[in-house]
Amino acid sequence: MTNGLREITYVDAGVEALREEMLRDETLIYLGQGIGPRGGNFRQTRGLWKEFGDHRLRDTGICELGATGVGIGAAMAGSRVVVDEVFLDFILEAMTQVVQQAANVHYSSNGKIKVPVVIRGAMGSVRNAGSHHSHAFYAWFAHTPGLKVVVPSTPADAKGLMKTAIRDDGPVIFIEHKGLYNSKGMIPDGEYLIPFGQAKICREGSDLTLVAVGRMVQLALEAAARLEQEGVSVEVIDPRTIVPLDRKTIVDSIRKTGRVAIVDEAPATCGFSGELFAIACEDCFDDLDGPPLRICSLAAPNPFSPVLENQMIPSLERVVSEIQRSLDS
Amino acid sequence: MRQPVATTQDITLELGLYKGMVELREFELKVQELYRDGKLPGFVHLYIGEEAVATGVCAHLKPNDLVYSTHRGHGHALAKGVTAREVMAELYGKATGCSGGRGGSMHMYAPEYGFMGTNGIVGGGIPLATGSALSAQLRKSGQVVIAFFGDGAVNSGSFHESVNIAAIWNLPVVFVCENNLYATETAFHRATKNTSVASRAAAYGLPGVEVDGNDVMAVYEAAGTAIDKARSNGGPTLIECKTYRIVGHHEGDPGTDYRTKEEVESWKRRCPIKTFRERTLASGGVAKEQFDEINLNVERWLEDAVEFARSSPDPDPNSVLDHILCEEPETRR
Repeated sequence: MTNGLREITYVDAGVEALREEMLRDETLIYLGQGIGPRGGNFRQTRGLWKEFGDHRLRDTGICELGATGVGIGAAMAGSRVVVDEVFLDFILEAMTQVVQQAANVHYSSNGKIKVPVVIRGAMGSVRNAGSHHSHAFYAWFAHTPGLKVVVPSTPADAKGLMKTAIRDDGPVIFIEHKGLYNSKGMIPDGEYLIPFGQAKICREGSDLTLVAVGRMVQLALEAAARLEQEGVSVEVIDPRTIVPLDRKTIVDSIRKTGRVAIVDEAPATCGFSGELFAIACEDCFDDLDGPPLRICSLAAPNPFSPVLENQMIPSLERVVSEIQRSLDS
Repeated sequence: MRQPVATTQDITLELGLYKGMVELREFELKVQELYRDGKLPGFVHLYIGEEAVATGVCAHLKPNDLVYSTHRGHGHALAKGVTAREVMAELYGKATGCSGGRGGSMHMYAPEYGFMGTNGIVGGGIPLATGSALSAQLRKSGQVVIAFFGDGAVNSGSFHESVNIAAIWNLPVVFVCENNLYATETAFHRATKNTSVASRAAAYGLPGVEVDGNDVMAVYEAAGTAIDKARSNGGPTLIECKTYRIVGHHEGDPGTDYRTKEEVESWKRRCPIKTFRERTLASGGVAKEQFDEINLNVERWLEDAVEFARSSPDPDPNSVLDHILCEEPETRR
C-alpha cells in the first residue's frame, strides 16, 4: 500500500464524500428513495442515516417529480441538497423540474437565486437490467444550459467530484455508473476536492487520443493496453465533467497524436461523441491524420438478452478492431 | 374575528386591502393597454378579477415569507411587495426589471422581497414551494411559504405529489388554489369529476377550506388561519378560492369562445373591488373620499412605474451569457 493512499470502492468513496460534507455543512440534506435506514439501493448512503438521522436523510415515497422539485425548492430557499434518483432512468419523471426550473432559475432571476442542488443517479447497463434501468442519456443534461454534468470513472474522482458538486451553488447532475459501484481504486487519505472542468490523462500515448467517460474509461484503458502490444501508442483522456468541459486538454492531445476516437456507452446520434467529433474538427482540423472515430452503443433500447446487449454496447474487441481499421485506412 | 362595529384596526385593514386590490387591477389594466399598443414583448396573462386572492393572502405575510406564483403572477408579485417599477420594467424587458430583463412576465424573480417566481409551467412552482417549506422547517427560520396555482394545476402530478409530501412532513406551506373555473379554455368540470379542490385535501390528510375568492375578507380570514397554523408548526392547509378571470386566458384571447357573455357579465357584477367598496361604505367606518384618495394615489404610483420602465435602459446585449452557471465552487475553504 502506497503511503497516504488507501483502497476503497467507488460507492464507498461517494459515501465518504457525503459524510464529510454533511459534517461540514449542517444545511446539507439528502432526499431519495430508500436512502435512510436501508442505506440506498446501491449502498450509496450506507451508515449515514444512523449518524445524521431523519432530518438530514429523508426517505421519500416513489414520487420523483415531487421529490426532485422539493429538493430544488429547498435549495432555492437556503438549504444545500442532494436529490438521489437512485437509477438515473427515474429522473425522467422529474425532467420538468430539472430542465425548466433548476437549470433556468439562476439565469432567469438575473443571478439572484442560487440552486445548490446535486441531482444524483446511476446510469448505464449492468447485469442485463433491460430497457427501463440502463439508460446512458447524460448528453441530454449537457444540452441544457444551466446544468453541470459530472460522470466520474474512479473512486478517487467519485469522491473529489462529489464534494465539489455539493459545494457548487448551482444544479449539478451527478451521474455514476452502476457497473462501477463495486470497483476499487486508491484515494488520498486526507480531504481533497477535484475541480470541475479538468480532464484527466489516464494514460499517455502518441499515436491516437481515445476519449471516454464513466465505465467506458476502463474499456478504453484495456483497449489501449491491447493496442500497445501491437505497437500502437494510445492516449486515454477522461473529461470527468461534461459541463464544464476541459476542451483544452482534449484538443492539445489530439494535436499531439493527430488522431482521435471516442468510445461512448450512449448512442452516437446527437450525442457527446458527436460533440467531441465537432471539437476535433473545429480546433484540430489541420492536425488530423484521419477522420475522428466514434465507437458508441448501437442506437437501440437496451435489450434484455445478454447476447443482444453485448452486441449493442461497445466491447473491447469492437473498440480495438475499429481503431485498428481506422489506423489502417 | 371581525367586530360588529368597525374599529380603527378594521378601518386600517379595509383601506389596506382596498388599496392592494386597486393596485393590482389598475396595474393589469395598464399592462393590457400597453400590450395592445405593442409596447410589451412576449405574452401576458392578466389577473383581472382575481385580485382578492393575492391581496387577502399576502396581507398576512412577513418580508421573509416566500411566495411561489404562476403564469398569471403580476398580482402575486405586487402583493408580496415587489415594486411596481421593477415589475413593469421586467414586462418591458428592461435591465431595471426584477429579473433584469431575463425573465419577463412568466419568470419574474425577486427573492429580496420573498418573491420566488412567477412560472411558465402550470404546477411548476408547487414542488418548489413545498421544498422551500422543508428548508424553512429544517433551518427553523419561521418562514411560511405560499404556493399559488390555478385549477389547471390540480390534475397534475406536481400538485398531488407536493401536497402529499407537505402533509406527511408537516411543512409550513399554504396551498392556495385560485379556481377560476377554466384551465386556459377547458372548463374545470370537463377536466375532473370532483370539482371541489378543497375536498381533495382529505385524500392527503390535511385541512381543505373553500372560500369565496371574490370576497377579500373571506380570503383574508381563511389565509390568516392557515398561515398562523403553518407558522406554529401546525402543518399545511389547502385553500380553494372560487374566483374568475373576467378577461381572456392571455391578452389577445377574447375569452368568449368557451365562455358565454352572460357568464362573464355575471362575474363582472361580482367584481371583488366593487363589491368590497360598496359593502364597506354601506357598513360605515370608511368614507368614500378615503377610497377615492386611494384610487388617485394608485394612478400616480402607476404613472411613475410606467415612466420608470419606459425610460430604463435595455440590458447590455453582451451580458447574454451572464448567470448561466453559478460562480465557481468554493473548493478551497
